[in-house]
Amino acid sequence: MAEPRRPRPVVQLTLMRLRDMMREPGALFWTFGFPVLLSVALGIAFRVKGPEPVVAGALPGVTAQARDTLAQAGVQVRWLDQAAAKAALRSGQVAVVLVPPERPGEPITYRFDPARPEARLARATVDAILQKAAGRQDALAVRDQEVSEPGSRYIDFLIPGLLAMNLMSGSMWGIGWVIVEMRVRKLLKRLLAAPMRRRHLLFAFGLARLVVIPFEIAVILIFAHLVFGVQVAGSYAALGLVSLAGAASFAAIAILVSSRAQNTQTVSGLMNLVMLPMFVLSGVFFSSANFPEVTRPFIRALPLTAMCDGMRAVMIDGAGLAGTLPCLAVLAAWGTVSFVLGLRWFRWG
Amino acid sequence: MRADFALWRGRARHAIATRVNPSSPDAEPAVLCRGLRKIYEAGRGSGRKRAGAVLAVDGLDLSIRRGECFGLLGPNGSGKTTTVEMLEGLLQPTGGEVKLLGMDWAHDESRLRERLGVALQETRLPEKLTVEEVLTLFRSFYQRPRPLETLLADVQLEEKKRAWVIKLSGGQKQRLAIACALVAEPEILFLDEPTTGLDPQSRRQIWGLVANYRAHGGTVVLTTHYMEEAQRLCDRVAILDRGRLIRLGTPAELIAGLGAEHVVELELEAGVGQGALDEATLRGLPTVIEAHLSGEGVWTLAAVEPEQAVPALRTLLQERGQHLVRLVTRKATLEDVFVSLTGRALRDG
Ligand SMILES: Nc1ncnc2c1ncn2[C@@H]1O[C@H](COP(=O)(O)OP(=O)(O)OP(=O)(O)O)[C@@H](O)[C@H]1O
Ligand SMILES: [Mg+2]
Repeated sequence: MAEPRRPRPVVQLTLMRLRDMMREPGALFWTFGFPVLLSVALGIAFRVKGPEPVVAGALPGVTAQARDTLAQAGVQVRWLDQAAAKAALRSGQVAVVLVPPERPGEPITYRFDPARPEARLARATVDAILQKAAGRQDALAVRDQEVSEPGSRYIDFLIPGLLAMNLMSGSMWGIGWVIVEMRVRKLLKRLLAAPMRRRHLLFAFGLARLVVIPFEIAVILIFAHLVFGVQVAGSYAALGLVSLAGAASFAAIAILVSSRAQNTQTVSGLMNLVMLPMFVLSGVFFSSANFPEVTRPFIRALPLTAMCDGMRAVMIDGAGLAGTLPCLAVLAAWGTVSFVLGLRWFRWG
Repeated sequence: MRADFALWRGRARHAIATRVNPSSPDAEPAVLCRGLRKIYEAGRGSGRKRAGAVLAVDGLDLSIRRGECFGLLGPNGSGKTTTVEMLEGLLQPTGGEVKLLGMDWAHDESRLRERLGVALQETRLPEKLTVEEVLTLFRSFYQRPRPLETLLADVQLEEKKRAWVIKLSGGQKQRLAIACALVAEPEILFLDEPTTGLDPQSRRQIWGLVANYRAHGGTVVLTTHYMEEAQRLCDRVAILDRGRLIRLGTPAELIAGLGAEHVVELELEAGVGQGALDEATLRGLPTVIEAHLSGEGVWTLAAVEPEQAVPALRTLLQERGQHLVRLVTRKATLEDVFVSLTGRALRDG
């Protein structure tokens, strides 16, 4: 009859957030499905490819013997007439065209565009094969060592960036957008009309993130490990710390961004304004080292840059807690300033 | 349909406790406000201040007794919501003072919140929580919440306990909103347009809820556009227009104030007979004290004795060769009070 005990406000508010998210298929997709799809797409597009075969064209008159020699050494040879050879060269379908001597005794001609690196490579390859077949000896003994270490591939660079980006959008949408939606629905006002403590609501938002974050990270990490063999070189504790600091920092930024917005359009505009430049500048997908030197300090001060750098330091360079301190400091600064301003400007109604 | 509300014992006990408690004597009004004002500033910034400012509530004095059901009536934009939200401590008044149960918002916010129940004009509760989860959330905010089952029974939502909010009908949603307000046996219940947009049956259910709450000594402050609702539920009503109090009294007093208890509405066939009727002629009819044109060819007369006024009216129309399309005699309502006070119909806004 009597109920076991009074429900706890922080628990109930956290459950409200979690249920709201779990019962919304769209939210689940953007949190878990989308980053995985993105890493698949980018991982495949930039996967390390095996050496591309050299493709050479041959005009009528090139000997079948030469063609066989080349084919045996792995060069693809296509028979072309004059016009087709011209077109194929221009469009890059063949990198070099073999032109037979006009009169016996004259040299064979390699036709290629020296401005294209793959054309120069093709010319050298074809030439080496033919020379060797004609009896040329290597004057110097050499040995090859092929390198493709995990940690140095594009996917290894990408995954920490994706993790950071995902934590950022999770905090921004999961807090900023939700706060504004609650304001529009008059739910913030209604909660305030009950004896709810404001800090309990904020605390619950944080707690709900805390519950979801391990899953957000695990889904991507496990996927990246299984499919691409991506490893975490450093400690998981350091990775967790960078993740928490980043998520918390962006949660504070989300509170700031949502503090006054009166409708969801405004807040999504503001959030894109905050996030889009960072997608480009902070080196999620490509190293920000390509930007001019003068912009470097500014870029390094961005919170997403800090989170990306921290993630990469741990996952690629194997940094421990100490190695992530500079990143943590940047994130803490952004978080504190945003939180203080956000609370000061916050509107419940 | 009048459900069994035997489970409201808790409230009864509480009401008695309140009565014996010397620290909150009955003489103290439930709600008291003096010179209450609200100006909505246009825009936010400091710049163009006065330009679009709205004077929403203009010096309101009210004193609402304990156990009373008090209605705020007025057309759209007359300041009802602004007034109740200032009373509820959700909106900062521009001027004036508010006291609830002898306390004020500046000093006793948390104690007051425990003792009030609030249903805002429009709250969209979290769509994907169940009825049970919403009530549990609200129960968690109060020191002494009522049992879940009791709450569900009060608002007749036992069968919808596990239904998502989004799946409820308009009337059920509204009853849930009221249940949220009744979570902790409030001493004052604020209802802002509890039945707007509902069908007659849902409306009667909500009237039943209010009646039962009152039967246990609760004070109700409600706003409405519906005169029938006010007449049925309220002990006293305040009629607001453009942020000012224009009449205050029991429904009977206000109607008596018209000077005539009956209303005759007539509609004439257009373009038939000679000349249009005018106000002076109609006022000349026996016992008619007021006449005004409320639409194309539609007249409303206030009559003390319709038995005398109507035959005289028929004679007049016959003489002029005019035909009645419609003739209705009814008792005066608060709607007529409003029309006679402002010359406008309530729902015209
Ligand atoms: N946030 C606001 N900013 C500016 N003006 C406002 C705001 N809220 C209300 N007003 C204006 O204040 C006046 C009173 O509004 P209020 O909502 O109190 O009226 P109401 O009587 O509750 O109307 P309704 O019957 O439509 O609910 C209106 O003129 C309205 O336009
Ligand atoms: Mg209103």
